[in-house]
Amino acid sequence: MANDTAKPKTLFEKIWDNHLVEVQQDGTCLIYIDRHLVHEVTSPQAFEGLRTAKRAVRHADMTLAVADHNVPTTDRSKGIENEESRIQIEALESNIKDFGVPYFGMDDIRQGVVHIVGPEQGFTLPGMTIVCGDSHTATHGAFGSLAFGIGTSEVEHVLATQTLLQSPPRTMRVNVTGALPAGVTAKDLVLALIGQIGTAGGTGCVIEYAGEAIRALSMEGRMTVCNMSIEAGARAGLIAPDQKTFDYIMGRPMAPKAGAWEQAVAYWKTLPSDDGATYDEEVTLDASALVPQVTWGTSPENVLPITATVPDPASAATDAQKAAWTRSLEYMDLKPGTPLDGVKIDRVFIGSCTNGRIEDLRAAAAVAKGRKVAAGVGAMVVPGSGLVKEQAEEEGLDRIFIEAGFEWREPGCSMCLAMNADRLEPGERCASTSNRNFEGRQGRGGRTHLVGPEMAAAAAVTGTLTDVRKLMG
Amino acid sequence: MEKFTTLTGVAAPLSIKNIDTDMIIPKQFLKTIKRSGLGKHLFDEMRYNDDGSEREDFVLNKPAYRKASILVGGENFGCGSSREHAPWAILDFGIRCVIAPSFADIFYNNCFKNGILPIRLPREDVDKLMADAERGANATVTIDLDKQQITGPDGGVIAFDIDPFRKHCLMNGLDDIGLTLEKAAKIDAFEEKRKLTQPWL
Repeated sequence: MANDTAKPKTLFEKIWDNHLVEVQQDGTCLIYIDRHLVHEVTSPQAFEGLRTAKRAVRHADMTLAVADHNVPTTDRSKGIENEESRIQIEALESNIKDFGVPYFGMDDIRQGVVHIVGPEQGFTLPGMTIVCGDSHTATHGAFGSLAFGIGTSEVEHVLATQTLLQSPPRTMRVNVTGALPAGVTAKDLVLALIGQIGTAGGTGCVIEYAGEAIRALSMEGRMTVCNMSIEAGARAGLIAPDQKTFDYIMGRPMAPKAGAWEQAVAYWKTLPSDDGATYDEEVTLDASALVPQVTWGTSPENVLPITATVPDPASAATDAQKAAWTRSLEYMDLKPGTPLDGVKIDRVFIGSCTNGRIEDLRAAAAVAKGRKVAAGVGAMVVPGSGLVKEQAEEEGLDRIFIEAGFEWREPGCSMCLAMNADRLEPGERCASTSNRNFEGRQGRGGRTHLVGPEMAAAAAVTGTLTDVRKLMG
Repeated sequence: MEKFTTLTGVAAPLSIKNIDTDMIIPKQFLKTIKRSGLGKHLFDEMRYNDDGSEREDFVLNKPAYRKASILVGGENFGCGSSREHAPWAILDFGIRCVIAPSFADIFYNNCFKNGILPIRLPREDVDKLMADAERGANATVTIDLDKQQITGPDGGVIAFDIDPFRKHCLMNGLDDIGLTLEKAAKIDAFEEKRKLTQPWL
């Protein structure tokens, strides 16, 4: 082991090495998985596979199931109207019974978007490997855990073996220097990064976010940044754990209890990358130069400062990019040269695993307070979990939103991907705190502009994409 | 999983960058609890009009490509969600090989689990195959996984790289889970060690 300690290691390398069950001759690694989150959309075929092969779940105790993608965000006492959605949730409920997996059902206050529930419960801890059949699993990397999305075949593999076959990823460090100016958030930071490196910029990589601006972020902000790592193409995003991380975890229901806690913290403190550790790629972003961001196209990399104008495909660097921009602008019904600030919107969505945590709701409420949703705009707030909703109500945030004319909904994925009844109509334009602006993502023909929660609230009250800093006095 | 050894068929050109998983299979079709039957919804929003009729200008609706078994796409193919419904829809349509300059990681990985061969090639090779594919039904392509070669309609050969373990599994139609379960003793030993070093887990 002498060699092991001699070479400086990155946070990623420490976690990876600590989870190696076997390294095959060709370099493929069998890695152990500490935690597995399961939801209704990507798991039915996995459980069916286990059943067919007469296999059991190896560690139900390391698995947690939540229904989130299909759940209604309106009154749930009537159940789920859409038959297919109902069947999918019923399938999950019968699977978790058959295989003995812990589950937060639709009526459980702990239910919510799976990536909000994990951290909230202390299910997510530093140094772990965490997987889920969902690409936004990278969210959990904010705790210094290696967390990534997997397909249904791999969900089945983890259920059966508690391991995964993986080829080692490359590493990238993103150094975010300086301090974020007032009115600029974690969402703007990660959108700007995606704009800089592109949606394939992190392909094959695990990104470690480092630097002064990252250390200054709250745990909620760090989760927003890691959440969108997949939108930069990365397999996972990581942030080294520190005192903020430990403070967030302490006392949560599934966190280590006294005695074990001290031992765990001592281990977690060994996780940050060693001085002199090297990465395959390094990227730098100056936080102090950022302004609020907004997407104008149909890929998260189509992002610009709110102060900018819609770009002209004629100025694209390559023919492929020119074709993509032209297609995007046609879909989004935007003309080159139009100022982004002032583009009229129809809908506002505040929520999702990207921005559905308590801090996001506080930030949006601070902008909405004492203002009214613009005439003709439909705005809704969907808390990330039942516990986020409860806390927001204790703080009176629900009253602020309702008085301003927002709808206050039940927790779930909702209009981030529009699998439940919440969706855009064709041609509707939405300022959304979610993570993807793909064609049809929020409803067939719907047009999505990704923004942070303050920017979404600003759009709601002005009826247009708006530089929130103008409302902040 | 069906083995993949050689494949000869028509290649459909889809020259779009960042073909995302919402384009490949929109969310309304993720409510299924089965793996099969998704082929008719592949590229749903590009392939059908609002009334459900086919869009004549979409490549897979053109007579020459209705039986395509190979798809040639643009950069960052399969970006977006982890939904395995994307490769399930591709396979159910009858496509067993996707060629692109680059792929998103999860989609790339998901292909192998379903007997689909994703091939990454330099842009100029993809451009050549895209141009060949534009010629339609007579422009068949042959893929030989063992030799790691693509033979174009004019006999030109392009070599491709693939991870040896993935190649082995694909060529033999191997079930990953079965292979891993053979290593149960190693997993047991790992868990014993983990209990001692990280008892809070």
